Amino acid sequence: MLTPVLILFMACALAPLVHRATGRRAGVFLALVPGLLFAHFARLLEPVASGQAYGESLEWLPGLGIRLAFRLDGLSLLFALLVTGIGALVLVYGGGYLKGDPRLPRFYSAMLFFMAAMLGLVLADDAIALFVFWELTSVSSYLLIGFDHEQEKARKAALQALFVTGAGGLALLAGLLLLGEVAGTLQLSALGAQSGAIQAHALYFPALLLVLLGAFTKSAQFPFHFWLPGAMAAPSPVSAYLHSATMVKAGIYLLARLNPALGGTDAWHYLVILAGTATLVTGAVLAYGQTDLKRLLAFTTLSALGTLTVLVGISTELSARAAMVFLLVHALYKAALFLGVGAIDHEAGTRDVRLLGGLARAMPLTAFAVVASALSMAGLPPFFGFVAKELFYEAKQEAPRAGDLLVVASFVGSSLVAAAAGLVAWRPFFGRDRGTTKHAHEAPPALWLGPVLLAGLGVALGLLPDLLAVPLVQPAASAMRGEHTDVVLRPWAGMSPAFVQSLLMLALGGVLYAAHDRALLRLEPLRRLAAWGPDRAYQGLMAGIVALAKTQTRVLQNGVLGWYLLVTIGTTVALGGYALATRVRPVPIGLEPVTLGEAAVALAMVAGAVAVVRAQSLLVAVAALGVVGYGVAVVFLLFGGPDLALTQFAIETLSVLLFVLVLRRLPRLRVLSPRSERIRDGVMAGAGGVFVAALVLAATAAPHPTPLRDYFGAASLALANGRNVVNVILVDFRGFDTLGEITVLAVAALGVVALLRLRASAGGRGEAL
Amino acid sequence: MDSPILRSGTRFLVPLMLLFSLFLLVRGHNEPGGGFVGGLVAATAIALVLLSEGLGEARRLLRVDPLALVAAGLLVALASGIPPLLRGWPYMTGLWLKVPLPVVGKVGSPVIFDVGVYLVVLGIVLAILFALAEEEP
Amino acid sequence: MTTLLAVVIGVLYAAGLYLVMRRSVVKLVLGLALLGHAANLLIFTVGRLSRAAAPIVPAGAERLVPPHADPVPQALVLTAIVIGFGVQAFALVLVKRAHRETGTDDLDALRSTDS
Repeated sequence: MLTPVLILFMACALAPLVHRATGRRAGVFLALVPGLLFAHFARLLEPVASGQAYGESLEWLPGLGIRLAFRLDGLSLLFALLVTGIGALVLVYGGGYLKGDPRLPRFYSAMLFFMAAMLGLVLADDAIALFVFWELTSVSSYLLIGFDHEQEKARKAALQALFVTGAGGLALLAGLLLLGEVAGTLQLSALGAQSGAIQAHALYFPALLLVLLGAFTKSAQFPFHFWLPGAMAAPSPVSAYLHSATMVKAGIYLLARLNPALGGTDAWHYLVILAGTATLVTGAVLAYGQTDLKRLLAFTTLSALGTLTVLVGISTELSARAAMVFLLVHALYKAALFLGVGAIDHEAGTRDVRLLGGLARAMPLTAFAVVASALSMAGLPPFFGFVAKELFYEAKQEAPRAGDLLVVASFVGSSLVAAAAGLVAWRPFFGRDRGTTKHAHEAPPALWLGPVLLAGLGVALGLLPDLLAVPLVQPAASAMRGEHTDVVLRPWAGMSPAFVQSLLMLALGGVLYAAHDRALLRLEPLRRLAAWGPDRAYQGLMAGIVALAKTQTRVLQNGVLGWYLLVTIGTTVALGGYALATRVRPVPIGLEPVTLGEAAVALAMVAGAVAVVRAQSLLVAVAALGVVGYGVAVVFLLFGGPDLALTQFAIETLSVLLFVLVLRRLPRLRVLSPRSERIRDGVMAGAGGVFVAALVLAATAAPHPTPLRDYFGAASLALANGRNVVNVILVDFRGFDTLGEITVLAVAALGVVALLRLRASAGGRGEAL
Repeated sequence: MDSPILRSGTRFLVPLMLLFSLFLLVRGHNEPGGGFVGGLVAATAIALVLLSEGLGEARRLLRVDPLALVAAGLLVALASGIPPLLRGWPYMTGLWLKVPLPVVGKVGSPVIFDVGVYLVVLGIVLAILFALAEEEP
Repeated sequence: MTTLLAVVIGVLYAAGLYLVMRRSVVKLVLGLALLGHAANLLIFTVGRLSRAAAPIVPAGAERLVPPHADPVPQALVLTAIVIGFGVQAFALVLVKRAHRETGTDDLDALRSTDS
């Protein structure tokens, strides 16, 4: 199962080459890849339908217990077929839709990349592997929404989608990790067995919430739905593929996959059904108020996703069946609709329903595809959509709580969607010709092939659901429930209450459709209200983050070195001081006897330091610095460090010499800062000094094990043939470190020489800094 | 600096200091001393020449460019660790000659490494001082 | 003596930190040098001061004879001293060039690399 994913990634990489080689037909050639994969998966239908599942697992991060595990069962197979099948058609379509566009290679690559990621997502059996593919789909969605990146609208929409789904993805990661902790495994197929333990655990609710956040953002559930209409800035093939048939279903897939483990509790029911219902209604209402056909379809997609969410939330046998059927149905008709509307746009030049009409004669094939799909969407027999709708109504009855609310909401929602379907189906093709269609003609084969095929499938499945759909849906429903589920589908189930509901819904839909023009006028004031939705919150959040960043940068990074130092020292002293104060027991300050010589040296060093600070000429400062340096050397000498003392004496001498050589060319010592700054810095420096002194006292009072000293003391002569232990450590035991240190010295010297040799004058070589 | 006292003093001190620096280098393994201190003392000697006789004299005394000394020192230090590799032991394993040399004492790869350190320290200090002394005021 | 040295180190740090925060470039270098000395003293002191012998294996013995000073921090400080000199030289030359190129010795005026 890794192989198909890898094949798609490879195709993504090779797409530009294929395009260069085959030109106009690149879409067809590239579509062969998912096409062949579709055939491969289709062959596995029978074994999977009879209950077999395939697994594949590779070592990935053994230290963290993460494997690259894949599993093909009914649910993943259904999705895999959708991803590869519709993907192939969309690639062909894209080749025609974007014909001649220089960005076409990028389109192919991005689409194939997405395909690979989506396929990986549905095949993944390890929670982290799933998450990785999840994020990859977000990234490819970003690239595809922002395809027309010169348009600001597209860029903004892409960023918004990425931000929302990315934030959700983060929540999802947290939720999956929590789930893994609770269940003790990250393998998705093993989670179902632990459902009892998981659901009783204290962390169940947080994990559920986080996972739901991830699923809801990806599947555009209320209140995270606002990115989906914006995503319509992408070209039609992208919208058809990602934002109706596959990517937005990822959340639904996740919920279905985790249903055995997480589903069935009250929390699940409430949260999921509520979100789904809200989305269902929001999408339907907003769809009804649209005149742009593509946006209309986007909102009906929203409504459909809400429906799917509700069905997953209900979590019964019937609802599982309904969910899988609806999933399949929706993918088929929505993709066909998007592609068809895209074709209309391509040929007639507009997507505005008020401007379209009478295209049936000019574009018969597209008309067939769109009409058939729209009628499926409305839920009319003999289309597959009708079967799905019936099942949905039946499942609704079993909803545990809030059942009545759900019934009313879905009734209203379906009617509005049916009305919208009418708008898409009737007006553009059979409505009054409004003159914009003078030059329209049938779309090229690349553009009608996909829609016609999909619509035809919708009809076929509607007429023979038991034969064709059951093998697909039954294993999927079984996987979703974690136990075998029988699925029996009939074209018509007789005069059941569900059927009566359907009839009423269609009647209402017809009324709404007829009243559409007048309704639009009435709904105008509501539009202003809609501007205050979650989208507004998102804009505010983005603007707020940018403003915060600007302020913070202006304050903390203003370019002044002294300020940076002040902040650094202050933070270090504050944190370190806090640690010292709270964790170290007060140290009795030992007053050991001090010899006169030692006291004198200490005094000299202090005096020297003060002199450096207060010096008014550089010469005095350098001399005082020398005093401090020699004082340090004497300290080394007094306390048993002869090598150190020698080195320090020599270095201090050379250091003074260094300053003397540079003295004449340095600026004079001046007092540049105002008194207030000096006081401020003085206080901070004083605090730093106190902190360090306290640190030394605390460190010297702490227990002092000396394993290294004892080891070196014993090993120096025995192993390294030397008596001067310090030198032996430097050149033998830690010789490699010393090698590094002399390299540092060499680099410093090179730097000095380079800085001095680079000169702007004519005599020197090199240019000025 | 034009001072006859400094100049005559330098003429005595410099060879002594250079000799002392070598002494420090060689005895470093068993007594206080070593490559770092030896290099610094030698550098101080040359710096004394720089102060009293000027940059030209100091350069002539040194004969080579100080950066060349640095490079040589690094090379020697690196190379001192290679012979053990030929025997299959880790880099920088200490290898010692069985027979001690007359003046120097026992010789082994750490001593050679110390020589490299000596050269590097001498080189860098002089490189810096010469470059500074070269600058026009 | 440890307490006394702790105070001395504190004073050196305070002086060094103060100088480093000043606007004059030269004071920055002076402060850096002071901080270097202070840090070396810090490591040496924390390694426990001992008025005892240096860490040299005496003639006739096979290992270090206590009481003796701890050789490990001494080894650390030794290279630190020499590298400190390199850093000081580099900082000094850098400051000199910066002063020459920009004409100012006030760090507050050197806010960006565009000038």
